[in-house]
This record gives sequence, C-alpha cells and structure tokens, in this order.
Amino acid sequence: MARFIVRRLLQVFPTLAALSVLLFIWLRALPGGPEVALLGERATPERQAAIRDRLGLDEPILVQYARYMRELLQLDLGTSTQTRQPVLEEFLTRFPATLELTLIAMIIAIGAGIPLGYFAARRRGSLLDNLTVGGSMVGICTPIFFLAFVLKWVFGENLGWLPTFGRQSPGASATHITNLFILDGIITREWDAAWDAFLHVLLPGIAVASIPFAIIVRMTRASVLEVLGEDYVRTAESKGLTHRVIRGRHILRNALLPVVTAIGVLAGALLSGAVLTETVFAFNGIGLFVYNAIRNSDYPVLMGFIMFIAFTFVLVNLLVDISYSVIDPRVRVR
Amino acid sequence: MATEPAQKLPPGPIGRWRGERIDQLAELSATPPDERGESLTRETLRRLRRSPVAMAGAAVVLVFVVIALIGPFVTPYPPLATVGLDQIRPGNIPGPSADHWLGLDHLGRDEFSRMLFGARQTLLVGVVATLIGFSAGALIGGVAGAANALGGRAGQWIDSVLMRFIDLLLAMPPLLLAFSVAAVLGRSLTAVMIAVGVAATPIFARLLRGSMIAQAHRDYVVAATALGVRRNRVVLGHVFPNSLAPVIVQATLTLATAIIEAAGLSFLGLGNPNTAVPEWGTMLAQAQDQLAVRPMLAVYPAVAIIITALGFTLLGEAMREALDPKLRT
Repeated sequence: MARFIVRRLLQVFPTLAALSVLLFIWLRALPGGPEVALLGERATPERQAAIRDRLGLDEPILVQYARYMRELLQLDLGTSTQTRQPVLEEFLTRFPATLELTLIAMIIAIGAGIPLGYFAARRRGSLLDNLTVGGSMVGICTPIFFLAFVLKWVFGENLGWLPTFGRQSPGASATHITNLFILDGIITREWDAAWDAFLHVLLPGIAVASIPFAIIVRMTRASVLEVLGEDYVRTAESKGLTHRVIRGRHILRNALLPVVTAIGVLAGALLSGAVLTETVFAFNGIGLFVYNAIRNSDYPVLMGFIMFIAFTFVLVNLLVDISYSVIDPRVRVR
Repeated sequence: MATEPAQKLPPGPIGRWRGERIDQLAELSATPPDERGESLTRETLRRLRRSPVAMAGAAVVLVFVVIALIGPFVTPYPPLATVGLDQIRPGNIPGPSADHWLGLDHLGRDEFSRMLFGARQTLLVGVVATLIGFSAGALIGGVAGAANALGGRAGQWIDSVLMRFIDLLLAMPPLLLAFSVAAVLGRSLTAVMIAVGVAATPIFARLLRGSMIAQAHRDYVVAATALGVRRNRVVLGHVFPNSLAPVIVQATLTLATAIIEAAGLSFLGLGNPNTAVPEWGTMLAQAQDQLAVRPMLAVYPAVAIIITALGFTLLGEAMREALDPKLRT
C-alpha cells in the first residue's frame, strides 16, 4: 500500500514537468499570442509592441522558458490587472467559496442520486424509473447557467424562499476562520451565521449538482441492474435474508464500486458547473472572478486559471487513484 | 482487455476510467459478424428502426436540420432588422403578438425570426466543432491505433506516448479544456468552434484507437497481410473504415455537447463578439441582461438548445445501444 502511494507520488513529477512544457507552448506559442488576446486583433502595432516588450516576448524562447519556469516554481502567476493583487493570492482567497459550493453540490448529487438510482433500478419500467431516466437525460442536456437562472427566478425572486445573492446576508456579522462560511459558523457556534450561509449556498449548489446528479443516477441505476442479476443476490434472497441486509451487503456494496470511481470524474463537472453558476448568484468564488477577468481582459488571471485547472486535475487524479487503490486492491499491482 | 500491453502505466484513473469505458465500446462493436448473426450495419439499422427512442431523437434532429436549412428563407422579418425599435421602452419589451409570434428582443428585433435564423448558426457551430474534434481525434487515434496494431515495438512506444497525452486531456473537464483554448485564441466564432472541437478530440482519439486495435486482430486483416497487402493499405483501406462505427456514434453525441458547451462559452463571454448574428447560445447568454424585464427571451433559446441536444443524445444513445446490446440498461 505505502509502496504504491510512493510510486504514484513519484509519477506526479514527470506529469507535472510535461504539463508545464505543454502549458508554456499553449500560452506563449499559439497563433495570436498574448498580445492579441490581451488587446484584441485590431490593436495598433505600437501597443502590441509595448505589450510584447513588457512580457518579454521578443527574447529567445529558451530565455522565456527559463523565466516561465522560475515564476512557476516560485508560484508567481503574475498580477491581476483588475485588482492589482497577485493572481495566486486572489485565487486562494476565493477558493474556499468555490470549494464550499462544490462540496455542497456533491453532497446533494450523491445524497439524492444514489437512492434515486437504486429505486429506479429496483422498480425497473415503473413510472419512477421512466421519470428518473428521462429527467436525468434532460438534466444532462440543460445548460447549467440556464438552470441557475430558472432556480433563481422561481425560488428566489417569485417565491422568495431562498436568498439569491452572495454568500451571506448583507450586514450579517460572522467570524471567518477557514472562509468556508458554514464550517466557520459551526466552529464558532454562530449557528445563525452557519444557517444563513447554508441557505445562500443551497440554490447555486442545486444548480451545480444537476449534471453530477444525473450522471450518478444513471450510473447507479445501470450498476444496480447488473448486480441484481447476479447469483449471489438470488442466493441471498432464497436464504430468506431481509431486504435491508440484501440491499446493504449484497447489492449496494457491489454496485457502488464503479460509482465511487466515477466521483473522481465528477470533480471536473463540479468545477465547470461552479464556474458557470457563481456569476448568476453573485457567489464570490473563483468562477465569478474568472468571469469578470474575461470581461476586463485580465490576461494574467485567465492564464493563471488555466494553470490552476491543469494542476488541480493532476492533484485530483492522484487523490482519486490512491483512494481507488484502497477500495480495489487490484489497482495496486497493475 | 487482452490487447492492452502498452497501457501499463496510465497517468491516472479519471482519464483511464473514461478511457476504459471508451475502449469497451470500441471493442464490443468489433465482434465478428458470425457471432452476431448478421452484418453490423443491417442489425444496427433494424434495431434503430424498432426503437421509439431512436425514432424520437431522429425526428428532433430532422426537424432541427430542416429549420436550419430553410429557416433563413421563411423568416417573417430579417433577423438583424430592428423592426419594432419604437415599441421598446426601458423596462418594457413587448411579448408575443400576431405580428411578432415570440415578441421582440431588447433591440426591437423579431425574436421568432432570430430563433429560426439562429438554428443555422447553432448547427454550424455544432457540426464544425464536431468535425474539428473528429479530424484531430482521428489523426491522433488513427496513428496510435495503427502504430500499436502493426508497428511492432516502436509502434507500441508511439502509441503509449500518444495515449498518455490523450488520457491527460481526458482527465480535464471538457468545458474547462474548451475554456483554456478559447481564452488563448481570443473572442471569435472560429475560436469557439476550435475550442469545443479540441475539447472533443481526446474522446475521438481514444475511441478510434481502441476500435482499430480491436479490428486489427480480425481474420480479414490477417488474410490481407498474408496476401502481401502493404501495411499502409491494410491500415487505411481495411482497418480504418471498419473502425468507424463507434466513432460515428460518438459524433452524434458530440453534436449535443458541442452546442451546450458553445452556449457555456458564450455565457462566460468567450463567444462570438458580434452578437447581432443570431445563434442560440449567444442569444441565451445575452438574454441574461434582460432577465428582469422579459425572462422569456432566455427561455426560447434555452428550450431550443435543450430539445436539440436531447434529440442528438437520444439518437446517439440509441445508436450506441444498437451497436452493442450488452450496454443496454
């Protein structure tokens, strides 16, 4: 086990090295280049030259690469042109908000998706099953930010049940330790603040959860259907075991293995969902920041975000691989 | 997975997990005809005709394509003409009327005409993006597949390097991959199509590679090789065309995701800067400014996108099931 983890950790370095080269080519050598992306195609040659000079784009490519690597190793992603703060700092202060949103969304997706998928499979062909399959199909095909609009409009503005703006009520006093507002409220025992933060994250959380939810439902359903046909389930039934025991020990334990693996894939869906949803609810996370960066041509933030995504996914990959090896020992020998 | 010797050290489970699901489809559709009972194409078409889901999906796709083709010729108003500009007041955009079936947009343009016209642009974005993804993926996957199947040891090495790269891309969420490309290329419709195409490339590459490797062990390839047919000819004339079935299925599914992803990029502000040209994704992204005044302006393009994407997805899933009944759930 430990050997596997060490080996897997060591594998990260060549991946990161390859990724950094790829990103360098991606960001510096593509047609157009930073000066066009920064100024638009119709910028005057003088302004383009000024930008090229400032970014050092006229220097030899190896010199540029050396500087790029130095900055990367120092975790220097440049300075945001919007806020004049280091890009990395901006990301780190906003990351807890996005993390909170994606975690809530994940809890919603798993908590609702697995039971629904299970019952749909148990009552295959029933109304519930058909609604579940049809609904998850529609869910996958719905642009997530449109769903966010609808939720905001119906539950926020028309019914007035839930707040639709920001992470906490304006004027609310709350102590922030981790910047995960719900957790902060629980740690400091400011229950009102925790509840307030929870209500604020609920609508965006449902929107972000939609696609992961649809995927989990479909996977659970397919997986349970497969296990239901296995001999050991029939044996358990004929032994006279109770439904509860069969459901827990025989069906779900086997059926959920592939679903657990899929949760790693969902990290991607969750992060893209957050990027598209935060804006609608003025939820001050990375997504909203990047959205504004696009509108203000904040090039360092956009490039920083691309690097952030790339390295996050190498990390997520690593974590999922290790947790997978805990669940399924066969992975370790492969 | 008997044909996977070059896959000893994949970069990680997310890419690998998606990759393995893709390989599964590739391999199963390569079952020899004598085990299936009849030719793959005929059996697939027969199953498709019997499936109401496939027919529903096909009907939606057909209607969409017809609208895209003839829509611009039957629009009651030119899509760029601000015919009702005098009726627009701050805080009031007229809704549906006899003259304007879906009302006006914020600049007094006829929404119904724009929806009809937008179908063509939307189809264009979907098709071009899918073609880009298909071509790039077919190139990478084809080289990897051919190298693995027929290239000997050096070929296995080439395949292994290419697939590690592809698996790395597979681990990225497609929208964020498209985002990375679009942000670097700058704002234009071409950039959107390239970005969405690049995001679809790894799936196509992995699928074609798996399919080609599965085909490479079939009797007709052995026979052609034994007859002394040159290697290039075996790959291009025999293996490649026979490997395309699952790739075509994927292309149908990709059309749906391409339209949704293009809408997402438009929403983020990386779409076509010329918002006068109607395209559903752009229209939906633009309608967010009018949400308080007339939310229906967002609903029309959104519903159109959902129905179209649903059509392509239903058709694609039905085709996938028809190709391989074992995947049916």
